[in-house]
Amino acid sequence: MSRESTATVSRISEKYQREPRILMTWKRLRTNVGAIIGLVILLAIILAMLYSFFFISYADITKMDGKNKYAPPSAEHPFGTDEMGRDLFKRCVYGARYSVAIAFGAVGFGLIIGVFFGSISGYFGGTVDMVIMRLTDIISSIPGTLLGMVIVTILGAKLVNLLIAVGVSCIAGFIRLSRASVLTVRSNEYVESARAIGMSEFRIIFTQVLPNSISPLIVSATARMGTSVLAAAGLSFLGFGVAVPLPEWGALISGSRNFLTYAPHLCYFPGLCIMALAFACALLGDGLRDALDPKLNK
Amino acid sequence: MSNNLSNQAVQDNVDLNGGETVLEVKDLVVQYVVKKQVVEAVNGISFSLKKGKAIGLVGETGAGKTTTALAILNLVPDPPGIIKNGSINVCGHDMLSLAPGELEKIRGKDVSMIFQDPMTSLNPVMSVGEQIAESVRLHEHVGKREAIQRAMEMLELVGIPGERAVDYPHQFSGGMKQRVVIAIALACNPRVLIADEPTTALDVTIQAQVLSMMNDLKDKFGTALVMITHDLGVVSKMCDDVAVVYAGRVVESGTLEDVFNSTMHPYTEGLFNSLPNLDNREAELKPIPGLMPDPTNLPKGCAFAPRCKYATAACREKTLEIRHVSDTHTVMCSRYDEPDFHIEGWQ
Repeated sequence: MSRESTATVSRISEKYQREPRILMTWKRLRTNVGAIIGLVILLAIILAMLYSFFFISYADITKMDGKNKYAPPSAEHPFGTDEMGRDLFKRCVYGARYSVAIAFGAVGFGLIIGVFFGSISGYFGGTVDMVIMRLTDIISSIPGTLLGMVIVTILGAKLVNLLIAVGVSCIAGFIRLSRASVLTVRSNEYVESARAIGMSEFRIIFTQVLPNSISPLIVSATARMGTSVLAAAGLSFLGFGVAVPLPEWGALISGSRNFLTYAPHLCYFPGLCIMALAFACALLGDGLRDALDPKLNK
Repeated sequence: MSNNLSNQAVQDNVDLNGGETVLEVKDLVVQYVVKKQVVEAVNGISFSLKKGKAIGLVGETGAGKTTTALAILNLVPDPPGIIKNGSINVCGHDMLSLAPGELEKIRGKDVSMIFQDPMTSLNPVMSVGEQIAESVRLHEHVGKREAIQRAMEMLELVGIPGERAVDYPHQFSGGMKQRVVIAIALACNPRVLIADEPTTALDVTIQAQVLSMMNDLKDKFGTALVMITHDLGVVSKMCDDVAVVYAGRVVESGTLEDVFNSTMHPYTEGLFNSLPNLDNREAELKPIPGLMPDPTNLPKGCAFAPRCKYATAACREKTLEIRHVSDTHTVMCSRYDEPDFHIEGWQ
């Protein structure tokens, strides 16, 4: 090779070093309006959550005001007040921490375990596949709420356990989904080629198979975030979750359903919060899927 | 070459002719067991290859060429594939008895493989540079930066500008993709390269480019090449030796000269006769009648007998034996038991 082209190569090589994958993904994500909207909403929710850590105390959200029950939204109380005259805005902002933790924690937990077993099952097939899939069938034959209740009963009613309970109920879905996408990817010739250049099976799973089967998982995971918040709300309502005075968004909705006819704002605002979170996650997930796929690059 | 000679070669790693034997396949038998049916894909293939030489495995679809190639890497899918018998020696490593970890070290480093379809042999979500670098980093202790550097040099070597290392497979044409695949396979400078119909998916002009590039690289690095193809033209351009494979057996083997100019086996003759005749464009093609026998139910004697115009009743019964015509030329046909038998030869 000539000296000139070596020089070109090393210049390019530097460029290669300076632009890691994350930056390239971000560049593509930036051009996607939907993803940016999702990102902004998500950042707003996270900022609100951070704000609540420093400026909203437990006393603030439990302070009752008998004269101001069921007050509609006003300048003083942007989201109105609830049946005990507590400020709903502060409660919603304070509750963000639980819902965000559940949305990301439960789905992350389910995703990691689900993808791990699902990809092993799909990739290796045979007896391993059979055992994992039958166990999955068993898990998915138990209703999610019931399974969550059992788990919380065994582990104790704490936020972490609620998170695990909700996460476990989405494992089966992630196992099936990742198994299916791995099955379609593993028969590709590039997997065979990777073996022919001496790549180990686990490395093939992580560098060849998973990156190619990730898109349906991202979309499904972000869609799952919304339903996880609702599932956690259901468990909280049944008494298997965040304890009553704590303003988890789902718990706020279920607590206020009795007053739906004369104080509907008690349902609307926490509901809007959940919707915003789920919507932001879905938009961001969609954008992320496109940004991670090099074929959609313009 | 006689078996004795090549055995000796593996033990000493030096052949009498001076060349080092880098690949030795002996009596390879591979079967696929599917629902109690046994597909006899490879039934005792033997060949050997010296450093820097090229052998062509020629035969029609389903003859067991690809299975042989996968067996060399010990990558026959199991289940359903089983390597029943035989030995495979790559640069002194017995591929069939090594542990998976050891095999991973040899694949890509000592022996590498190019697959048939370049459209699907590249990972669509990794840049081509990363994919070549991956191959380098699997076998050599180099940093990421250096590996990328090497990847770019490899790209330049196969005639693609190094800058394009950052691009993804879908941004390349078919011929360029095959060059990238070749760059990946050659990144660690393997001593044996198996090319499984590397140009079948490409159009003829690109075929010529890719083949001449492979020829150059083979000479440059001294890589031994196993060329799997059904194209006799490719064989004549690329190979020193030829093994004609039919129903999982090598029916005729020898140097290019032996097989092309003093063809002995009726099947080889049939292959040549099925090529279009450039001198007489009006002439009709003379295809070999019939189909390859069902590999789950191979005949007892010669598998080619039902399609062979020279076949006698004895052909279907007699067990086939390898007949050494000369030091280099072997043929597997029972008719040569008769001293004055000869085929018509091809035009």
